[in-house]
Amino acid sequence: MKYEAVIGLEVHIQLKTRTKMFTRAAAGYGHEPNTLTDPVVLALPGALPVLNKAAIDQVIRAGLLVNCRIADECRWDRKNYFYPDSPKNYQLTQQFKPICIGGSVEIELPGPARNIQGGHKTISLNRIHLEEDVGKLNHFATESLVDYNRAGTPLMELVTEPALASGDEAAAFLTILRATMQQGGVSDCDMEKGQMRCDANVSIRPAGSKTLGTKVEMKNLNSISFVRDAITHEIKRQTAIVESGGSVIQETRDFDGITGTSQSLRTKEDAHDYRYFPDPDLMPVRIDDAWRSALAATLPERPFDRQRRLMADYKLPYTITSVLIWDKRLADYYDTAVKLAGLDAPALAQPIGNWITNDLLRELGATSATFDEAAAKVTPANLVALVKLIAAGTLTSNAAKEVFADMFATGDAPETIADRRGLKTAPTNTDELEQWCRDAIAANAKAAEEFRAGKESAINGLKGPVMKASKGKANPADVDKTLRRLLAN
Amino acid sequence: MISQPLTAVSAQLAAKKISSVELTQVHIARTRAVEPRIGAFNSSDETAALAQARASDERRAAGKSLGPLDGIPIGLKDIISVKDQPLTASSKILASYISPYDATVTRKLREAGAVFWGRLNLDEFAMGSSTENSAFHPTNNPYDLTRVAGGSSGGSAAAVAAGEVTASLGTDTGGSIRQPASFCNLVGLKPTYGLVSRYGVSAYASSLDQVGPIGRTVEDVALMLAAIAGHDPLDSTSILSEATDYRAALAAKKGPWRLGIPKEYFGEGLDPEVAAAVQSAVDFYKNLGCEIREISLPHTEYGIAVYYIIATAECSSNMARFDGIRYGHRSPRATDAVDIYAKSRAEGFGEEVKRRIILGTYVLSSGYYDAYYLRAQKVRTLIRQDFIDAYKQVDAIITPTAPTPAFLKDSHKTPLETYLGDIYTIGVNMAGLPGLSMPCGFTKAGLPVGVQLIGQPFREADLLAIAHAYDSAHQWSQRLPNL
Repeated sequence: MKYEAVIGLEVHIQLKTRTKMFTRAAAGYGHEPNTLTDPVVLALPGALPVLNKAAIDQVIRAGLLVNCRIADECRWDRKNYFYPDSPKNYQLTQQFKPICIGGSVEIELPGPARNIQGGHKTISLNRIHLEEDVGKLNHFATESLVDYNRAGTPLMELVTEPALASGDEAAAFLTILRATMQQGGVSDCDMEKGQMRCDANVSIRPAGSKTLGTKVEMKNLNSISFVRDAITHEIKRQTAIVESGGSVIQETRDFDGITGTSQSLRTKEDAHDYRYFPDPDLMPVRIDDAWRSALAATLPERPFDRQRRLMADYKLPYTITSVLIWDKRLADYYDTAVKLAGLDAPALAQPIGNWITNDLLRELGATSATFDEAAAKVTPANLVALVKLIAAGTLTSNAAKEVFADMFATGDAPETIADRRGLKTAPTNTDELEQWCRDAIAANAKAAEEFRAGKESAINGLKGPVMKASKGKANPADVDKTLRRLLAN
Repeated sequence: MISQPLTAVSAQLAAKKISSVELTQVHIARTRAVEPRIGAFNSSDETAALAQARASDERRAAGKSLGPLDGIPIGLKDIISVKDQPLTASSKILASYISPYDATVTRKLREAGAVFWGRLNLDEFAMGSSTENSAFHPTNNPYDLTRVAGGSSGGSAAAVAAGEVTASLGTDTGGSIRQPASFCNLVGLKPTYGLVSRYGVSAYASSLDQVGPIGRTVEDVALMLAAIAGHDPLDSTSILSEATDYRAALAAKKGPWRLGIPKEYFGEGLDPEVAAAVQSAVDFYKNLGCEIREISLPHTEYGIAVYYIIATAECSSNMARFDGIRYGHRSPRATDAVDIYAKSRAEGFGEEVKRRIILGTYVLSSGYYDAYYLRAQKVRTLIRQDFIDAYKQVDAIITPTAPTPAFLKDSHKTPLETYLGDIYTIGVNMAGLPGLSMPCGFTKAGLPVGVQLIGQPFREADLLAIAHAYDSAHQWSQRLPNL
């Protein structure tokens, strides 16, 4: 029998806010332990939570980015359990009335090859709710120490429907979700810093069946490839159990990304009773249309929407757009440059894309410069100027490469560099050019004859000697024009 | 000095007949003299109090007095945080805890110039009605040392009655200000939920807790309320309200008022001497020209059950932070994290706190939540509606504060018998209303009796004015305990 996997994800994402979810203490990463605390964070007697509106704003923006319905009213509940990283021994969360309901994320499945666009699929979401993060335990030989710096950081939990079918789909989901949230300024989603964390619920069932199998929760998946590997591993494990006549038990498993193995953490019998009840210290939050639409106006174009626009408006190939859309700064840079190109934009759109995705990224990779530093030197305006010099024949492509490297290093305008380095092509329509062309035709009679007989490419055999004679400075467009005129006679 | 109302003491300070340092020293001496018999204090800081008193005198000398509370010794229930002072909640689990911050009410009193004298005893974490649940020692009733001072704010009441402080702050979750005030011949006010900030006050049942003043007269309580009321951005349940001069309102508001007598509050279990004293107060209002109407609060009979579900549910969660990890008692015998919880809490909490944590944990448990907690919340809404309906006919409601006067210590009541003592006071907390207890006489045995007035939400000015009409005409507070 064939089996299919059904996967649901629970993704926790720390929201980018200046202060914590329910107090004025600063939110941050990498500080001295227990310095980002106050009576509320430490749950001292008498401390009370006060809502951080910025966190509500951020989660509404997150919800709008993934097509959720934003609730008119959300409330706070207490999730009661004892753990040393949880100062109150209850977590403030939204069990009964979450802020974002439903929603969907468009994912791109892996294509047949890296440079070929894969199919798209829409993954339904169940909800997004807000809660507070816990502190961090550090275990030593005989003791454990707690750092409460992370405790109380605003955290959104996004829950998908059981709508994914493979580890690859889960990876694609997390990749676009991360990019969307990063580009929306909702979170930096740095998984190494724990800013994005994922648990996966995996079950299998006979292919085509409508009922759900027993699910196993995979925990501690701290990179996208670990999520993919854990799911692939778990599908194999469950399939092997079922095929050997056994049945899967409901449990939570810990996946070790290094060894590729998993072990049981707890079974259903050990499950907590969280004794949820409405928090009496916080008031419900009412969200009206004005609030929603003010936030909607602050959202960037979503990556796949942008890709569709770039492909439609500028005829950009997938290979370029699939690089641009994952980095908002890169894509914004592209959009700025194309706008600056003005009336020439349609013709220059692809060369601009090529320069960004090939040369700019290559130089960035080869040096320690940040994107912002690079973009301050190779400004969109300068890049457009460079591309226009090439199009006008003022720079040959080889000369342009040299100019670009100089731009990246000095921040000078391409025209300035070309003059300084003497890289511009020679002035047009000189007798000299005509003489070089006559010489080339005379010296390559065979090529001239072939061209005259209709073999278009034969002209290239004539251009080479002309460029050589000009020491590379002849304007290629003029060379072409002059050769054609002479050959036509 | 030690037996005068705050208003009188304040007038003498203003007239410079006495300094705040002298006044504070008088109270310190009185405390030393009576405290072995009363047991109202958990701790006190003489140096800090005298420093505050000196600062007050300097302000006054410079013509910069902060108002009627400037220089007055005031005691705070030991569940209200004061920066750099102990906060024990009368629990072993917090026996060595020092608060690093001021509660909002503390800050407000500080800004009004009050001198903090005494961290006052209570039933552990405010759970109880006799102050016998204190982990340290019980508080005795100044009018009869063999009897309880009431609770949970028993220390806050006894300290004022015994002349150790001029006035005090207590907290009231089901009657914890009003009942001890009634047992100790004092005026106690539980304000409307949301009028006074709860920030910095260790929570027992968050949706019911409210801080309020205890003093000798309605006027004293009005002065104290004016100082502590007002919106606090650190408490999300505090309400935007305008600053009110509650003392000025006492004279400004004149009756006659329409007063309601809920028939359900005068039934079985009410001590006849208490009933008679309350009736005399009712008669006073009738003679004043007030319209007295019998009303019904039909859901009263569910009050105790509903209260002990909601309060214990919230309590079970609020108490979870006392875990021995970050502060407070940690069992030296604990071997791992779970063991720290189990042993520290087993050693740190008293019997009543444990009982309520267990009850609350039970009613919130999966499978019981709907039957208990959710249903209790629905009945709570009905109880509140009873009061809203009643206020269509009357301006205030008059009832006994407690079914009996102060009862004997160690009377070995069952928990249920104890809980039934809250019957007249818990409705006010569940409906979020303001409730005031004031003295209305004494039993033949010389025990004080209190009458309760229940007002409309955020209409403390009216409630205090109604109470003041009776209180100023009787001046029961002048009958002092023999100590």
